Amino acid sequence: MTGTESCIISLRGVTKYYNGEAVLRGINLDIHDKEFITLLGPSGCGKTTTLRIIGGFVTPDEGDVYFNGRRVNDVPPYKRPVNTVFQKYALFPHLNVYDNIAFGPRLRKVPESEISRRVKEMLELVNLRGFERRSVNSLSGGQQQRVAIARALINDPKVLLLDEPLGALDLKLRKDMQVELKNIQQQMSITFIYVTHDQEEALSMSDTVVVMDTGEIQQIGTPEEIYNEPDNAFVADFIGESNILDGTMVSDFDVVIFGRHFECLDKGFEKNEAVDVVVRPEDIDIVSVEEGMLSGVVTNVTFKGLHYEIIIDIEGFKWMVQTTDFWPVAAVVGIKIDPDAIHIMKKSKYSGAFGDYSSFSEELDKLSELEAQPEQPPVEEEIID
Amino acid sequence: MKTTIRIYTALVFIFLYLPIAVMVLYSFNSINSTGVFGGFSLRWYRELFRDTETLTALRNTLILAVISSLVATVIGTAAAVGIDKMRKRWVKSVTLAVTNIPMVNPEIVTGVSMMLLFVFGARLVNASGVLGFWTILIAHITFNLPYVILSVLPKLRQIDPHLQEAAQDLGCPPLKSFFLAVFPTILPGVLTGAVMAFTLSLDDFVISYFTSGPEFQTLPIRIFAMTKKRVTPDIYALSTMLFAAILILLIAINVLQARSEKQQSKKKY
Repeated sequence: MTGTESCIISLRGVTKYYNGEAVLRGINLDIHDKEFITLLGPSGCGKTTTLRIIGGFVTPDEGDVYFNGRRVNDVPPYKRPVNTVFQKYALFPHLNVYDNIAFGPRLRKVPESEISRRVKEMLELVNLRGFERRSVNSLSGGQQQRVAIARALINDPKVLLLDEPLGALDLKLRKDMQVELKNIQQQMSITFIYVTHDQEEALSMSDTVVVMDTGEIQQIGTPEEIYNEPDNAFVADFIGESNILDGTMVSDFDVVIFGRHFECLDKGFEKNEAVDVVVRPEDIDIVSVEEGMLSGVVTNVTFKGLHYEIIIDIEGFKWMVQTTDFWPVAAVVGIKIDPDAIHIMKKSKYSGAFGDYSSFSEELDKLSELEAQPEQPPVEEEIID
Repeated sequence: MKTTIRIYTALVFIFLYLPIAVMVLYSFNSINSTGVFGGFSLRWYRELFRDTETLTALRNTLILAVISSLVATVIGTAAAVGIDKMRKRWVKSVTLAVTNIPMVNPEIVTGVSMMLLFVFGARLVNASGVLGFWTILIAHITFNLPYVILSVLPKLRQIDPHLQEAAQDLGCPPLKSFFLAVFPTILPGVLTGAVMAFTLSLDDFVISYFTSGPEFQTLPIRIFAMTKKRVTPDIYALSTMLFAAILILLIAINVLQARSEKQQSKKKY
């Protein structure tokens, strides 16, 4: 177990079955002190189960969990030095704000004068000064959220676990809370383990992002690494928009897409290895046909405020391009891709799973559906215990 | 149309409450007559409280109602928590269906079958005269259980499923976390169930009749026994008191439910 000593939390080969089906397969994860780490993935990817294993609410069927190098598999939640902010806050409805926050210290028999001082401190921290006597049922979602954070932080946890804490808030509030959470984490200088399905949230808050799917970790890295150098087609597709194409790596720095050679910055592949090629829509320039490396017809234009989202059909593959220049539908255009805009990935089980943007509108519908009901518990909630 | 509805409503009320009203009125009759009201008096109530047999029945009824409702509340609440935690849907439905049988089963069937069970059980251990306080207590607990379960279960469904985990997360051992986090939240349901069980135990006749022996009479059984002789206004007095007690308890249940519903709606902003 090399490395487990230097990390505050380590997972080694953690596997969890439910009804004979693996919801987590061999998770290896090291979490460092004072790190803001995010488990990111779609519903049912195992991120919440991972968090619950760290919290002690779920026991792994295989593998081990270490806190500071000590195996804690059999340590119950109430003896673990971590605290959790639950998805729907789980505030105690029969207690007021003060008593909710004082719940932890009272269990530890902290003197009441000390508790009163600490509760006040916590309420300042989460911007709820003067809310002591309020009933938690009378608070708005955002305020309940803050009480839940204060209730967890008053126990001075080494690690705070947050399970989609902003899922039930509206967009504007969510953005504010993102900034605030990050500030709190830095102010308290403790580790945050954050679970979300919102890739933008993950990118903007985290030091480290762990992308998960089907019970496996797909990639661990900084937000920049995850976005700029996705390891496979799943990560590329889940984080931001991507054009994912089949290519062949003929030699270092030279990839062939659609029978044409493109210069790139990637190397170390086998000669003529089949690869997945990612080009982000914002990295593509639309130019005249003569200047273009490839050319095609504009089939769809959507105004997005910051830019236009333009779908271009090039030899049957629908590319998405984000540009501030307007091009009308049916215009014949060329595209230009710089070497540093091309990212090469090894083939994986996800290759070919994400096609082009031909079913563009359907995909949008699905996305907006997800947006509309963010508070819906992920599927994995059903398969816990 | 409106008048038809009004007339209909009035008729329903008359048929439902007129007999009770007449009974209440005649319980205050100063003379022993079913036809003539001779003036207001508490004569029959006084007489009732002089009758030791009635007083014993009243005491029995109260003891039975208190103990059976308490035991049913404890077992029923625990059962509701267990049923709520069931993951497999069909196991849950089967359990609920089995639990509800005493509620939908005709009382006389429950009564007769329980009596049979007690007598049969007594035969096995060669005991006789088994019917009495303990058998009627077991019977009352049994028919009270589903009402407690049914009033606690919805409360459990409404609460945040992570409440108990939240308490544990803050350093609370599992059992303590139930009493600190979950129990206070479902308390309105538990209280409603307890009062309902108390009420049902108080006014049950059929099952009590079959499962109690001659040594243990409850008020409804006492009233029934009295009617076998001559019907006198002290029966009206006793029935009136029973009616009043049940009415007060029913109002209590309604107030409890209304209050917890108000709390619930407050939670949804």
